[in-house]
Amino acid sequence: METAELNPKTIRPNGVSTNGRAVKAAAVKNPRDVSPAAKVWIYIVLTLFSLFAIFPILQVFTISLRPGDKLLSTNLELIPDGATLDAYVTLFTARPFLKWMFNSVLVSLIVTFFSVGLASTAGYAFSRYKFYGRDSGMILLIATQMFPVTMLLLPLFIMLIKLGVYDSYIGLIIAYTATALPFCIWQMKGFYDTIPRSLEESARIDGCSEVQTFWKIVFPLAQPALVITALFSFMTAWSEYLVAAVLVQDQSLFTLPMGLKGFQSDLEVSWGLYSAGAMLVSLPVVILFIALSRYLVSGLTLGSVKE
Amino acid sequence: MSTAESPVEMSADARLASTPPVSPRPTNGLSKTKEKFSAIPYIYAAPSLVVMLAIVLYPFLYNVVVSFSNMNLDHFRDWQFIGLRNYLNVFTDADFYRFFGKTLLWTAINIFFHVTIGVFLAILLNKNIKGKNIFRVFLILPWAVPQYITALNWRGLFNFEYGAVNLILAKFGIAPVQWLSSEWGTFAACCITNIWLGFPFMMIVALGGLQSIPDALYEAADIDGASWYDKLVNITIPLLRPVMIPAITLGVVWTFNNFNVVWLVSNSGQPSDKTHILVSWVYKVGLNYFRIGYAAAFSMVIFLMLLAFGWNFIKKTKATSSVY
Repeated sequence: METAELNPKTIRPNGVSTNGRAVKAAAVKNPRDVSPAAKVWIYIVLTLFSLFAIFPILQVFTISLRPGDKLLSTNLELIPDGATLDAYVTLFTARPFLKWMFNSVLVSLIVTFFSVGLASTAGYAFSRYKFYGRDSGMILLIATQMFPVTMLLLPLFIMLIKLGVYDSYIGLIIAYTATALPFCIWQMKGFYDTIPRSLEESARIDGCSEVQTFWKIVFPLAQPALVITALFSFMTAWSEYLVAAVLVQDQSLFTLPMGLKGFQSDLEVSWGLYSAGAMLVSLPVVILFIALSRYLVSGLTLGSVKE
Repeated sequence: MSTAESPVEMSADARLASTPPVSPRPTNGLSKTKEKFSAIPYIYAAPSLVVMLAIVLYPFLYNVVVSFSNMNLDHFRDWQFIGLRNYLNVFTDADFYRFFGKTLLWTAINIFFHVTIGVFLAILLNKNIKGKNIFRVFLILPWAVPQYITALNWRGLFNFEYGAVNLILAKFGIAPVQWLSSEWGTFAACCITNIWLGFPFMMIVALGGLQSIPDALYEAADIDGASWYDKLVNITIPLLRPVMIPAITLGVVWTFNNFNVVWLVSNSGQPSDKTHILVSWVYKVGLNYFRIGYAAAFSMVIFLMLLAFGWNFIKKTKATSSVY
């Protein structure tokens, strides 16, 4: 502790010391530096785990490139013999892939719109105010995380049939919003909690009303949380199969997961089509996810409980 | 709601008057001048609460009602209350105990590997090495891929004849495994798939936690001549705990309830409905076999078990949340 207390400014988050090196170098090495031998081991371990992480994805990529007569191959090469984009072409020309994609985008955007819109203000109320129903609201939010899927799906299924709106997107949108909204509110509340109140106090002193303070000061600061929240709710809807399988039977309403699952049922014939579809479905969300992953650490730790 | 005037137009008196209530601090309640009713929080929270009541609480209560009824395909519209019979049936059903055991095993195995792999990789990624951002991207890929696609991919990988897993095992001279046609082979396949899928979450959470531990602590430990083990046990683990415990609690609940992987890897419970966890079984009973009342009671039992498990977590969350 002594070095740190003597010279707190010399220790940067990454452990690089700027001045005072002589003092530190003698006694203390940067705790995040590792010996060359250890470095080799770290690289080996990280490479192995990275291979474990990437391999299944590469395998699907490979299968998507296989020509139709060599789908069932025991070859593990990355680019197969006679690689072809036929599967991708077939998806768009001979299968309703675009239609499924349109349906998926539509449902996902509606769910994102509702979840983010509702959560952005509710999160603020939960973060800043005491109001009647607040505590039970918070408990309801966490309790939903403990619901088994059937807990909402079964009643929803029955009610949709009784109301005669079964086999439409209404059920899907309700189910996905019910899944995404609690998490979104939680996430937004966590983010608002970190915005210093002094900002709002200054705004109020400068004459903003309570409502203006929120919309003009706090809300713009919450952009990163809104982005993450939007991503999560979009992915909730984009990546869901089992609810959709129950609530939608009409082929023209199929979203991507239902379409892809259809290929999977006769693997011998359509493994290539499935794989090509899986690549296309995953690619946009994977890119988005990676691009936003720097927000993830903060977003998640803030969104979760603080002790 | 436009009590708002622009700052310029506001009189000095008005400014002074508006100073005390500036901070709507929930800790003090609304500050003294504001003890009167404020509509703002209700207006902000109401849309969400109304939606939550309509699409979460109402179906939940409906589920409770149905769980006391004999609703099934034969009695879909003319159902009657049958008291606790569904609950009795759940608890006297041998399947319940079999799948409960499997669910516990499934949750324990997954969480163990998620946390150990996740924390281990986070510690490595927290070192000063070149290219760690690239590794980080590779290692969160499993999280980024939609779950159902992951599950379907792995089902292909576990194919006996053409699946990559057996092909790779063959390269090491290991005989191919009947992954998807035996009870425990399928269970293992589900676990491997879900471990692949879940470790990045724990890794990212742990990485966030590690980055918030001041280097000074490790430097001080180095000065005192502490070994890496001492530092792990006395600094890293205790300081990661507050970050990891909520993540693990949520992880347990999510894994307990995660039937995407089980359902899709085992192709709805094959072989012959042996590969199930509680949630996938209740999905099958309710939505494939349409024993609706029974499935509703079954869902309640699962929910109450998780609620009992998570009760402390909920209480703590509530307690902390009112501090802010």
